[in-house]
Amino acid sequence: MSTSPLSVPKFRFIFAACWLSWCILLALMLRSFGLLWDEAFIDSAISNIILMLACLLLINTFRYYLPRRERYGYILGMCGTISVVWLFLTRALLLLLLPDEYRNFYGDSIYIRLAFGFLILGCMALLSVLWYTLKEQQQNESRKLEAEKLAKEAELFKLRQQLHPHFLFNSLNSINALIGTRPEEARQMIHQLSDFLRGILKKEENQWVSLTEELQHLQLYLDIEKVRFGHRLSTSVGTDESSREMKIPAMLLQPVVENAIKFGLYDTTDTINIAIDATAENGQLIITVQNPFDPSTSLPQKGTGFGLSSVKRRLYLLFARTDLLETQAKGHLFITRIKVPQQ
Amino acid sequence: MKKAIIIDDEPLARSIVKEYLAFYPQIELAEECSDGFQGVKAIQQHKPDIVFLDIQMPKINGFEMLELIDEPPAVIFTTAFDEYAIRAFETHAVDYLLKPFSRERFSKAVDKWLEQKGAAQQKAATDSLLESVAQSPSQSDRIVVKTSGRIKIIPLHEIQYLEAADDYVKIFTSEGSFLKKKTMNYFEGVLDPKLFVRTHRSYIVNVQQITRIDAYEKENQVAILTSGIKIPVSKSGYVKLKSVLGI
Repeated sequence: MSTSPLSVPKFRFIFAACWLSWCILLALMLRSFGLLWDEAFIDSAISNIILMLACLLLINTFRYYLPRRERYGYILGMCGTISVVWLFLTRALLLLLLPDEYRNFYGDSIYIRLAFGFLILGCMALLSVLWYTLKEQQQNESRKLEAEKLAKEAELFKLRQQLHPHFLFNSLNSINALIGTRPEEARQMIHQLSDFLRGILKKEENQWVSLTEELQHLQLYLDIEKVRFGHRLSTSVGTDESSREMKIPAMLLQPVVENAIKFGLYDTTDTINIAIDATAENGQLIITVQNPFDPSTSLPQKGTGFGLSSVKRRLYLLFARTDLLETQAKGHLFITRIKVPQQ
Repeated sequence: MKKAIIIDDEPLARSIVKEYLAFYPQIELAEECSDGFQGVKAIQQHKPDIVFLDIQMPKINGFEMLELIDEPPAVIFTTAFDEYAIRAFETHAVDYLLKPFSRERFSKAVDKWLEQKGAAQQKAATDSLLESVAQSPSQSDRIVVKTSGRIKIIPLHEIQYLEAADDYVKIFTSEGSFLKKKTMNYFEGVLDPKLFVRTHRSYIVNVQQITRIDAYEKENQVAILTSGIKIPVSKSGYVKLKSVLGI
């Protein structure tokens, strides 16, 4: 709903000024037709006060209901009806207030009055429709701009996430350190990092890959992290025979494992083991990722907030289900469990 | 001879600093630490002149570790990517190295420190930096304190109230009280004003712990916590409390 044109002080002033001048003009006109001064003023005042109320009614109506292009007849009809109602209201009031001689004069001028009323209401209606149409267009425009801006921001955010800046710069820093002392390992890490990045670029959002393929890519990531954190990080990956050829949306596990590593490494100072296990159950692929954490300092429900919300969202978009990702705190272990229905 | 300590949880990140540092015969590497707990101990033991400090580390981050040290040494921060921290460094003119950094960049930072004379000025910059990062998303939900040689992480929701105690602030939880060398004004500025209200010159209360507010002599009020403890509420404190509680 747009704001009324009368909410702008300038327009309110113009409206009042027009109304006042029209009152005076009408009184002068009536006087020139032979009415007494007081009669002319009472006639003009009553006609115009009611006309003003009718105009306000019209402006307000269009605020809530704006007729489409093909329904301009509606505007005409509305103006006509309001002018007739206005005419009869003023007539009743004026005949009550003014002497009998006035009755004849009113009878003579009734069609001219109707025409004037219709004309003014028509102008008012036209102006209002123009105003509200303009407002609506402006709103649409700004909504569109807003939507475009949001889409762009979301895209940028996604790009940045995909690049894993923290991981990338820390890996480069490790390589930098290795070059001086163990150049062979540096070289190997560069190859792993390149393969990992290439994998990210190659994979499309809605592509499905086999679990084996997904785990191969994940292994690159795990190997790089192991170089970075040295003896503190160990990993174990277990799959049962039947799960290996099952399908999984590409890059689904990456953020889950990333979350587990971060959670495990930054919540304890000990060495940690990240365990990834895949099984097939009732035709579904079940993957669990375990990491240690410290229940005394971190709240398990906060852990889910880390990087898992995007995984949950993705699973929802793919399967329209919210029960596919579950997390559980069991003593010092935090367990993330993902079910992937097979298509 | 000057003493240095390197604190970083990644061994390779420590080794590159060590390698670059070897070009400075006048600086001796006293110890390498892989987390903040070791860091606190090593700094107290060796009283180093300079610390190379990573930010993202296990349990307590680099900033939280510095807060636990009474007389913090000069610090050069090292970080890979942390938009919040980098913005804080820039506003407080504290030196930092973005990983991976070159030997030239490293030398520039160390040379600048070696030439620097105004130690007090640097300490002030570090202090104001710590105050501003205390409000960062990663730190705003907990307070790290040192208690008889141990380091304790207190999640904010476990705090009942804070009380001024000379140069310290006493933090009360269900497990007892902990001292932190900060001012009441510091905590008033750092804690979320919707959850923690300064009801009195010497008291800040966790609003969620309040069960009742009673009238007390001479226009004063007293807030009663779930644990039964009574906290004085001054006239201006009552106004703040009422606006937070929406009464």
